[in-house]
Amino acid sequence: MKHTISVLVNNRPGVLARTAGLFARRGFNIDSLAVSTTQDPDVSRMTIVVEGPDQILEQISKQLYKLMDVIKVLDHKDEAVVNRELALVKVDADAGTRAEIMQIVSIFRANIVDVSEKVFIIEVTGSADKVDALTALLEKYGIREMMRTGRIVLSRGPRTA
Amino acid sequence: MKMTGAQALIECLRCEGVEVIFGYPGGVLLPIYDVLYDTEDLRHILVRHEQGAAHAADGYARASGKVGVCMATSGPGATNLVTGIATAYMDSVPIVAITGQVPTYAIGKDSFQEADITGITMPITKHNYLITHAEDIPRIFKEAFHIARTGRPGPVLIDFPRDMQQAQIDFSYPEAVELLGYRPTTTGHPMMIRRAAELIGSAQRPLIYGGGGVNSSDAQSELVALAERIDAPVTMTLLGKGGFPEDHDLNLGMPGMHGTAYANYALHEADVIIALGTRFDDRVTGKLDMFARNAKFIHIDIDPAEIGKNVVPLLPIVGDVKLVLAELNKQVSRAKHPDWRKQVDAWKREYPMGWKGDGLKPQFVIQQIHKVTKGKAIIVTEVGQNQMWAAQWYPCERTRQFISSGGLGTMGYGLPAAIGAQVAHPNDVVWDIAGDGSIQMNIQEMATAVAEKIPVKIAVLNNGYLGMVRQWQTLFFKNRLSHTDIQVGTPDFVKLAEAYGAVGLRVTEDSEVAPALRKAMAVKDRPCLIDFRIAREENVMPMVPAGGTVDEMLVD
Repeated sequence: MKHTISVLVNNRPGVLARTAGLFARRGFNIDSLAVSTTQDPDVSRMTIVVEGPDQILEQISKQLYKLMDVIKVLDHKDEAVVNRELALVKVDADAGTRAEIMQIVSIFRANIVDVSEKVFIIEVTGSADKVDALTALLEKYGIREMMRTGRIVLSRGPRTA
Repeated sequence: MKMTGAQALIECLRCEGVEVIFGYPGGVLLPIYDVLYDTEDLRHILVRHEQGAAHAADGYARASGKVGVCMATSGPGATNLVTGIATAYMDSVPIVAITGQVPTYAIGKDSFQEADITGITMPITKHNYLITHAEDIPRIFKEAFHIARTGRPGPVLIDFPRDMQQAQIDFSYPEAVELLGYRPTTTGHPMMIRRAAELIGSAQRPLIYGGGGVNSSDAQSELVALAERIDAPVTMTLLGKGGFPEDHDLNLGMPGMHGTAYANYALHEADVIIALGTRFDDRVTGKLDMFARNAKFIHIDIDPAEIGKNVVPLLPIVGDVKLVLAELNKQVSRAKHPDWRKQVDAWKREYPMGWKGDGLKPQFVIQQIHKVTKGKAIIVTEVGQNQMWAAQWYPCERTRQFISSGGLGTMGYGLPAAIGAQVAHPNDVVWDIAGDGSIQMNIQEMATAVAEKIPVKIAVLNNGYLGMVRQWQTLFFKNRLSHTDIQVGTPDFVKLAEAYGAVGLRVTEDSEVAPALRKAMAVKDRPCLIDFRIAREENVMPMVPAGGTVDEMLVD
């Protein structure tokens, strides 16, 4: 099962290496990772997607807490969240396929952010499923290049980490 | 007060009550060593290899319960500490390692003797620091000592660039630490303690299995009180040795691979096991899903990450063993388990510890050391057969009496750790039980002991083999002794000791053992090494093969 966890850490050099190193040496595989600063300039927030049974996740959380720079670990398993990923897709688009692609982009409420003679760059934001669905549809036109961010998550409602 | 970073370092160590530094100088440490030249209230012990400094600080910490301090220069000096730091990390020993570093402006440029030691030691320290602002020095030292000694103890490294040593700062030592992400739980949850007391009350065949946490929290008297109150036999791991007095009726000795048969049978048959400050290491459990399969577990440990890591307990209690036991003892009812005790005694009679055959036996040598030292010596070991024989044949009465590299299993640990233990306890007798393989891994520390007049005793159980590996080859690899016979090239240890300015003795027969030991005990101003030429093929028994079960135990 995939888990999305938020980790609040001190905003200091080396913290990412400590955290990522812990995952590697304990044999936990990271599916995706996003890091940024937060409303508090001393604190960074990591959103980590990791695959494994509940017991492994509990062990990950406990091991993370052993790092001096980890302030809080939150598993978003049993709560409503807003989660988003962003992807940029460079796709072949010639005179014959442009209209069709533009229609798909519009259905997904994605954006075409660069146009040239033979290609579009499409920007899409949304849940992992939505990004997957759009890229699957675009595949047949020929995806030349694609880049996807890690997932970021906030709990719904007034609750904060 | 205005001072340099190097002076601030010494001031920080004073504020922490440090008495001794085990160190080795080098280029980028020159400012600090220049300050040490005028420092009279801090003992500096010059080792002969940085690995020795880390092990000596570790031995000092295990023997005293205080934080051990070691220091090495940048690059190779720092990397030579790594094995010692990893040893301390695996066995939860509080040490602070200080490393020199190239000046901050030279970091990242592959400068002479530069190594990224904070990067290298990230997985083997509880925490580490690189000083980049000299005004942080007092805070970093305050935090480092706090982190090393509290919670589950462990090593902390401080990387100290040369320009930080020379910078001027306004020194004041902080009163308290502020660490947002570090608040160890020490008192157990009251409800869990109550439920533990109830579960213990329902037990027919209770057993206590204790580890290093019993020693590091100084919980011997609480443990004895619990065991006697609930009438439960006690098995202590290699690191727990001495945490329960071994002459006690309820003592079963060590569990696991080279534990006593009766401790292993008791683990297998117990219905409630109270696991104290221990981490269910594979050398104890063997095949995990067959381990103690009839038991419900209460697991008490200060590190939440240990709970459920290998064995999922029915009742987890996060806290300091001493504090939790003090509370638990108030709540458990007195009980007697005559049938269970009778069963355990029957195993003890049926599978006693012993040895067979002729020749000078290592078990006999250690038994004689026990006799001559009246069971009071601090025993430090190397790693291998010598370590297991020492654990089996030198019963200990008190916490911090037995010092051994358990988790990492570091050959070469014993001699420098014995030096550290002797520095912590100058009036006690300290024996290093060694093998001819292990002792050669840090033999250079003989020079340290001679120079500092440290009278450690070294018993080399010399069989001309890397004995433990030889034993596995004999038992599991058809006696194909691949690269384990080291007789050729092994030095004459008596001459070697003498060459260092120590006393060297040789023993080849039973009758010479006691007189030689008495001679060694009389040496007070330098180390004394005894070369015991033991029966070459002796094996450590009993033995549960790696990943095996109690049914596969070899008894002789």
